[in-house]
Amino acid sequence: MNLARRTLIGIPYLWLVLLFLVPFGIILKISLSDIALAIPPYTPTLDLSQGWSGIRDFIAGLDWENYIFLTEDDLYWRAYLSSLRIALISTLLALLVGFPIAYGMANAAPEWRPTLMMLVILPFWTSFLIRVYAWIGILSNEGFLNQFLLWTGIISDPLMIMNTSTAVYIGIVYTYLPFMILPIYATLERLDASLLEAAEDLGCSRASAFWLVTVPLSKSGVIAGCFLVFIPALGEFVIPSLLGGSSTLMIGKVLWEEFFNNRDWPVASAVAIILLLILVIPIILFQKNQERQAEAEA
Amino acid sequence: MRRFTWFNATALTAGFAFLYIPMIILVIYSFNSSRLVTVWAGFSTRWYGELFQNEAFLDAAWVTLKVAFVSSSIATILGTMAAYVLVRGGKFMGRTLFSGMIYAPLVMPEVITGLSLLLLFISIGLDRGVFTIILAHTTFSMCYVSVVVSSRLVNFDRSVEEAALDLGCTPFDAFRSVTLPIIAPAVVSGWLLAFTLSLDDLVIASFTAGPSATTLPIKIFSSVRLGVSPEINALSTILISLVTVGVVTASLVSKHRITRAKRDEQMAQQAAA
Repeated sequence: MNLARRTLIGIPYLWLVLLFLVPFGIILKISLSDIALAIPPYTPTLDLSQGWSGIRDFIAGLDWENYIFLTEDDLYWRAYLSSLRIALISTLLALLVGFPIAYGMANAAPEWRPTLMMLVILPFWTSFLIRVYAWIGILSNEGFLNQFLLWTGIISDPLMIMNTSTAVYIGIVYTYLPFMILPIYATLERLDASLLEAAEDLGCSRASAFWLVTVPLSKSGVIAGCFLVFIPALGEFVIPSLLGGSSTLMIGKVLWEEFFNNRDWPVASAVAIILLLILVIPIILFQKNQERQAEAEA
Repeated sequence: MRRFTWFNATALTAGFAFLYIPMIILVIYSFNSSRLVTVWAGFSTRWYGELFQNEAFLDAAWVTLKVAFVSSSIATILGTMAAYVLVRGGKFMGRTLFSGMIYAPLVMPEVITGLSLLLLFISIGLDRGVFTIILAHTTFSMCYVSVVVSSRLVNFDRSVEEAALDLGCTPFDAFRSVTLPIIAPAVVSGWLLAFTLSLDDLVIASFTAGPSATTLPIKIFSSVRLGVSPEINALSTILISLVTVGVVTASLVSKHRITRAKRDEQMAQQAAA
């Protein structure tokens, strides 16, 4: 019995320690190392065959140089700030687009809701890469959107959307929209409709009943949806590299290029560590929100 | 008092148009005979033919399916074990660390997960290829599986399990004949989720693949970077159709199951009365 329990705990535990925790430690270590023209391309490397002196040399070789480098080169600062800005604006846009959809779903006839749910979930199962790809044909200068707008006569010159931050906003809102809709829908669907009736009986207009009852009661869903969009958007790589062009700076793309193009592993690792430190705050806030919601339901 | 107003109808129509029009355009233009993706030149299935002659794509598709099948299967076993430990394991040393390691990969940016695993593989001298992608995919998708399975485990009546134990089952038998059938739907959805995540992943596979193995997303990404191509439209159409068939079937099956469960309940009530 005890052995069975130990194996049951031990196998997934060991797997995660070896393939999640240890790699994380390696990133931390390499971020404190120096770039070198060698394989692997950094120094110092831990040489355990030297015994204690090996470990001492190794620790003495670590320094904060890469982090200092990140503060000196303004590329990194601008990339972090621009990622934060893009993630924030996209999250707000996703909320503006997603809330009405979730609201419409929650107010639809009950027999319609499973179908509507399925229609929201379907894009989520479809390849992310393909959904981003679909927008290249729409947004490019000769793309469908420009063709359509030129044809209707709304514009006389094609809009330059592709390879700008606008294209990245559209891409993020489009791909992460289901993550915004589903938690909001979940709170709106549970909302007790008699509360709205009560508010109207007490003299509220429908609009003020919406602002005073529906919005506050859907707060936890809105917060959850916002974090579910914001957190992955911050480290996003595919969308800025396919839709954003060279002018859009996002930290996920900088990390990728630092690693694959410049082959500077120590700086790429330091970029990763700082990105994680930035993400810790929204993740903790998200966790708090989920706990509060769970308590409210219990 | 729920009201379905014009506002709701407009929101839903506009919202679903936004979600679906890009994919519909993609599908329509996969049947375009011109190489120029945005100019319609007549109906043709030419690009499907070219796609099936493109060996690089077929090889990549085969690698992707192998990786997805193996990694999602291992991830389902490990994820179910992890979920069981988290929900039923009681207290043990390092429990907080364990649950942290289950939830952290869900919010970890893919670039970081990919980079960290690559650095691990290099520092232990493991050659990158299909095997390393499988290890990487198993690691992040087992966390998704365990979240899906544990939400089911939390919600089920533990006394059934205890009854089996009281009636002389070994814990393993009780798990196999009582717990597993009850959580089976969650295990299946966990597997499907892991499979899809693996099929879909570009970033982590790019870091962990190495030159010897190319998956379909890596192939699509490198060809899309050079511009839109009708072959990618054809490939996208095939993938979108497969997912649509899968999701619609799954939702019909679950609808059928719910109606049947309701009917059984009614019949049982009638029999009792």
